Amino acid sequence: MAGFFAKLKEGLTKTRDQFVTKVEEILTGRRKIDEDLYEELEEVLIRSDVGVTTSLELVQRLRQEVKKRKLSEAQELREVLKEEIADLLGEEVPLQFAESGPSVLLVVGVNGVGKTTTIGKLAHYFQDEGKKVILAAGDTFRAAAIDQLEIWGQRAGVEVIKQREGADPAAVAFDAIHYAKTRSVDLIIMDTAGRLHNKVNLMEELKKVKRVIEREIPGAPHEVLLVLDATTGQNALQQAKIFQEAAGVTGIVLTKLDGTAKGGVVLGIQGEVKIPVKWVGVGEGMEDLRPFVPQDFANALFSQ
Amino acid sequence: MFQGLSDKLQETFKRLKGKGKLTEEDVSEAMREVRMALLEADVNYKVVKEFVAKVKERSIGQEVLESLSPAQHVIKIVNEEMVALMGSVSSKINISSKPPTVILLVGLQGAGKTTHAAKLATLLKKQGKHPLMVACDIYRPAAVKQLQVLGEQIKVPVFSIDGENPVKIAQESIRHANSQGQDVVIIDTAGRLHINEELMGELRDIKATVRPHEILLVVDAMTGQDAVNVAESFHSELGVDGIILTKLDGDTRGGAALSIKAVTGCPIKFAGIGEKMEALEPFYPERMASRILGMGDVLTLIEKA
Ligand SMILES: Nc1nc2c(ncn2[C@@H]2O[C@H](COP(=O)(O)OP(=O)(O)OP(=O)(O)O)[C@@H](O)[C@H]2O)c(=O)[nH]1
Ligand SMILES: Nc1nc2c(ncn2[C@@H]2O[C@H](COP(=O)(O)OP(=O)(O)OP(=O)(O)O)[C@@H](O)[C@H]2O)c(=O)[nH]1
Ligand SMILES: [Mg+2]
Ligand SMILES: [Mg+2]
Repeated sequence: MAGFFAKLKEGLTKTRDQFVTKVEEILTGRRKIDEDLYEELEEVLIRSDVGVTTSLELVQRLRQEVKKRKLSEAQELREVLKEEIADLLGEEVPLQFAESGPSVLLVVGVNGVGKTTTIGKLAHYFQDEGKKVILAAGDTFRAAAIDQLEIWGQRAGVEVIKQREGADPAAVAFDAIHYAKTRSVDLIIMDTAGRLHNKVNLMEELKKVKRVIEREIPGAPHEVLLVLDATTGQNALQQAKIFQEAAGVTGIVLTKLDGTAKGGVVLGIQGEVKIPVKWVGVGEGMEDLRPFVPQDFANALFSQ
Repeated sequence: MFQGLSDKLQETFKRLKGKGKLTEEDVSEAMREVRMALLEADVNYKVVKEFVAKVKERSIGQEVLESLSPAQHVIKIVNEEMVALMGSVSSKINISSKPPTVILLVGLQGAGKTTHAAKLATLLKKQGKHPLMVACDIYRPAAVKQLQVLGEQIKVPVFSIDGENPVKIAQESIRHANSQGQDVVIIDTAGRLHINEELMGELRDIKATVRPHEILLVVDAMTGQDAVNVAESFHSELGVDGIILTKLDGDTRGGAALSIKAVTGCPIKFAGIGEKMEALEPFYPERMASRILGMGDVLTLIEKA
């Protein structure tokens, strides 16, 4: 499995290789920093789903830096902009695990973003790292959601704890934790049904799942990962805010970055709710998961 | 931000005393606010540019109505243009005079194709049709099972063949429908990226084989700036007949609707408003316009004026 880790380390090299950047295009053939240049940069950001407010803020910071550093050459802007973006995204934050006993990783998000697929990928990743992993089939609502998770369980070679369709997801969490405690499981990854953040009853259900986990293992869940689809526009801000309030999100997984969407909305999210992006999804296969590297992301944001 | 647009326009026009004609200068400032609001609603930046230019052209030199403030006047124009752009309501499925009518659902991963195959089947069944659903997603884990479970729920048969390729499954499904007297065939396909040439080729092959009467592109209403690239690709590869905009039960502004309509010209035929089988509506351009602008009440007031 050495290949897998090598692949992970590559990060987003595919995007980096195609690094004929839009920014580069704007900067080359130009000498001086002027108003048009700022406007074009703002446009690149907006086109990447960064959002108007955050884009304007970023360009504003750029102006300040230019003044402070007494820059005048267009070429000098490139690094400053990358610095600003990396700054906004913050440091890489490692995943939290229990000091002893099983850790619980709860995966949440709106419908169809890639929760179940990401769980399959994570199970494979941690299993490969030598951890004993089980999955909890907490989506008891959507048609064949349990079957889908079971197939991922088989692919990754991990056990899936489940109940019938329509069962209480909190009861599934309870079962999984008890199973884990008796079989020296290291990591429980729990799937949940997709839910739109504006549906109060579904958010209450999620809170209940979390309460049961907290009660059964003090300090758990150790991670609550919010899965965001990179194709999503400004609504992702709302998703982040409300899931954060309801479930105490500790990290973001940004999926579907293998498409042409840039996922720039995570920049806006950092301004409003500080949630570190921890993983990115770059395909439908089991190994299509990468750790999030802010610098790579800043580069990819400007690739064409 | 959005209740915002009307407030900000009021602010912009505050110094504009009295009525008279709107000057270019007045309008330019207002257009900046309109642009911001549309971008924040995820309308594609290119579409915004053209749209704003059009609204601006219409606004300059306009005699402001007695009953409206200049701000309201501009909003009225914005709204009219928006409805016109998204307009021509037609939430009809092209029913073939020679059954079966074939409907092909396509789109990105997770957009809601499988769910909407079943919602459409539910709707058509209510209209007295006898739909057959076809499971052509052989890639996603449990995709066939998902369609089968939904089929059982709504009592609509599901056609699938283990270990066969999607083109062949689609082809056989027509034969099957004919022999069973099913008059509508709804084909569910795997989610795919518009840049995946191999899988886009597969859709072209399915199309060539079954000659669908209706190719529907299923789009998540939360989609951002990329909506235009996606819609443009699917449309140029396949020739899309209509759009289903899903997950409108969320709180997204849904600017993707405007973007997609602007680049493809295809009518938005249906809106998905939930996970349940009945959660399907015809698409209403007026509602969508006020949703994107975030100004339902303001618009109702203006319409009365
Ligand atoms: N291209 C691409 N597709 C992905 C990625 N992650 C997930 N998908 C696809 O997106 C679709 C939805 O994925 P799921 O994992 O079922 O999403 P979910 O959030 O569990 O969906 P619900 O449980 O229905 O809310 C599937 O077709 C996946 O194969 C990714 O990183 N890239
Ligand atoms: N809230 C809401 N959820 C929806 C709507 N339509 C579909 N969904 C949900 O969105 C998720 C994805 O729907 P699917 O029908 O599996 O999407 P798909 O396009 O077939 O996905 P792939 O086959 O993986 O590409 C599921 O959780 C559905 O229940 C809708 O209108 N509103
Ligand atoms: Mg799922
Ligand atoms: Mg599907």
